[in-house]
Amino acid sequence: MTRYLLRRLALAAGVLLAAYTVTFLVLYALPGDPVSIMYGGESSDVTPDQLDALRAEHGLDQPLVVQYLTQLGHALRGDLGDSVVSGQPVTQLLGSALPPTAQIAGLALLVAVLAGGSLAVVATATRSRRLSGFLLSLPPLGVAIPSFWFGLTLVQWFSFQIPLFPALGNQGFASAVLPAVTLALPTSALIAQMLSRSLLHTLREPYVDTALAKGAGRARVHLRHALRNAALPALTVTGLVVGGLLSGAVVTETVFSRAGIGRLTATSVSAQDIPVVQGVVLVAATVYVLVNLLIDVIYPLLDPRIVTGARRRVAPPTAPSPSPTQAHGSDADQAAARVAVPAGGTR
Amino acid sequence: MSSLDALRAAERGPQQPTEEFVPTALDPDARADAFAATATDRFADAVLEREDDLVHRGPWRTRLEELVRKPGLLLALAWSLAVLVAAFAPSLLAPGDPLSGVPADKLQPPSAEHWFGTDQLGRDLYTRVVHGTQLTLEAALTAVLVGLVVGAVIGLVAGFVGGVVDDVAMRVVDVLLSIPALLLSLALITVLGFGTINVAIAVGLANVASVSRIMRSEVLRVRTSTFVEASHAGGSRWWTTLGQHVLPNAAGPVVVLAALELGGAVLAVSSLSFLGYGEPPPAPEWGALVAGGRDYLSTSWWLTTLPGLTIVATVLAAGRISRALDGDPGSNR
Repeated sequence: MTRYLLRRLALAAGVLLAAYTVTFLVLYALPGDPVSIMYGGESSDVTPDQLDALRAEHGLDQPLVVQYLTQLGHALRGDLGDSVVSGQPVTQLLGSALPPTAQIAGLALLVAVLAGGSLAVVATATRSRRLSGFLLSLPPLGVAIPSFWFGLTLVQWFSFQIPLFPALGNQGFASAVLPAVTLALPTSALIAQMLSRSLLHTLREPYVDTALAKGAGRARVHLRHALRNAALPALTVTGLVVGGLLSGAVVTETVFSRAGIGRLTATSVSAQDIPVVQGVVLVAATVYVLVNLLIDVIYPLLDPRIVTGARRRVAPPTAPSPSPTQAHGSDADQAAARVAVPAGGTR
Repeated sequence: MSSLDALRAAERGPQQPTEEFVPTALDPDARADAFAATATDRFADAVLEREDDLVHRGPWRTRLEELVRKPGLLLALAWSLAVLVAAFAPSLLAPGDPLSGVPADKLQPPSAEHWFGTDQLGRDLYTRVVHGTQLTLEAALTAVLVGLVVGAVIGLVAGFVGGVVDDVAMRVVDVLLSIPALLLSLALITVLGFGTINVAIAVGLANVASVSRIMRSEVLRVRTSTFVEASHAGGSRWWTTLGQHVLPNAAGPVVVLAALELGGAVLAVSSLSFLGYGEPPPAPEWGALVAGGRDYLSTSWWLTTLPGLTIVATVLAAGRISRALDGDPGSNR
């Protein structure tokens, strides 16, 4: 287990470093001058001399490799630079923006798992074809609904028509409900799609027949035997969508005017505040890596067949991360297909 | 939706379990039913198969009849046609001017005169949605094209060359996949600046990773087949083999993905335009239209609801069509 963990940790660190490099390349190496993007624009009164001075101050007159290594060195010591707009350290900005986002993201994940999970279970358990057909047609709809519009519609109904929840701000639990539901919609759709697919598959396994033959009730077979085996692919997808929650927060927090990482991202992109944007992307990559690390740790606990020791382990699924905006079946299918092996799904 | 499933099924062989809940030994009635149903189905299939010969009908006729039996697909095609007309000839559907309004008619609810109502400046919302189609669809199509071309080239080269090139390309793709697509688009927009085309490029580049993955897996499948070997043995240059034999045979799932991704691109583009990174205000992009209705949410529901529903319908239509292109897996006609 220790070796397994160490290997996963090393892999996680590698992905983080690579993500840092990609963001650096996107933000600093693409054609375009970071200094004039950040401080100028066409309409500014910054003189070329001042731009040069700024360039020297930020080390942007150095060759790209030197810039990269210096910045990486700073980043490793926990210094992500200062915001161009406010002058505050990026780490400080991120630190103060993280808790409110974590609040709605956590709530959203809870809602998504419960809603998506129960939809999948009911849709596969019911004997009524009409009900299951209806339920199974909901996830594609959920994926097609733009979250900004869904959020505004929720506000319209549950803040204005029926004043249940505040329309904006971050005061208290009530103000987190609507944003969390907005954020949960695409996520729960994905989870439902994934879980119902893998449940249908699992229910055809011979051991389900065996359990039924031995006299277990349908509910027990469904929940204890099938669901536990079918949950693994869904767990992978859940891990992947957590990163999507963060990017969903950009839209959601704008809709509900909530302070948080998403709002910070939106304003930083508008102000072309490169260090902050870089910090946010790094946070997203970190979250992704941490969640997948956590899932890698949970896997062997859920499914003892996944060997963690010296024997060759079935490679962990690395499926495309389906973010809410472009989440669709193919990603989920891929994820399912890939985890089908450790989940014992193929006969 | 599940081109990959289909693929795997092909690898595994012909015995493919159906999507439905298969009755168990404890459910003899259901089994009998299923047996009867199978027999009937077989008979019906056999009749259907010979129908063309029996009544002398061309394949197009059959295809059309099949279409009628799928009302969802028909609806999706009709909607897509309307969207395409709106994109390329908006004046056919809405002759008015999307940018000028009659201030006296401001914030009118939907009526026979103004199908979608009017906004705070008295502009007809229906006209604005129709004319906005061009911007949104152009951006979405560009995005898909960018993602498709760049992704396909990466996937093609990685799969065909293999070895170190493949390893490096796929590790880069893995890293790109660890950053949520919207955030990657936002980072690109920070550098590229605002505007429809920049949004389109940003969305497209953010999708490169998934396209190149699928392209690569397809190329890997095709590369080992006999006809590619034959082409090599026949003395073709590698680019002839790649262009004439590998690419056409590997492109299918990628095309399906493109149709699917068009829906995703419409969503991503309108999200970014909602956030205000698209064209500046008077331009009627779909996302910007929804954003414009935000301030009148409590009084004028139509300003956000109707453009939003337009987006939902378009994304759903794209999804339905891509499923049809994929051969309608799991559909019961």
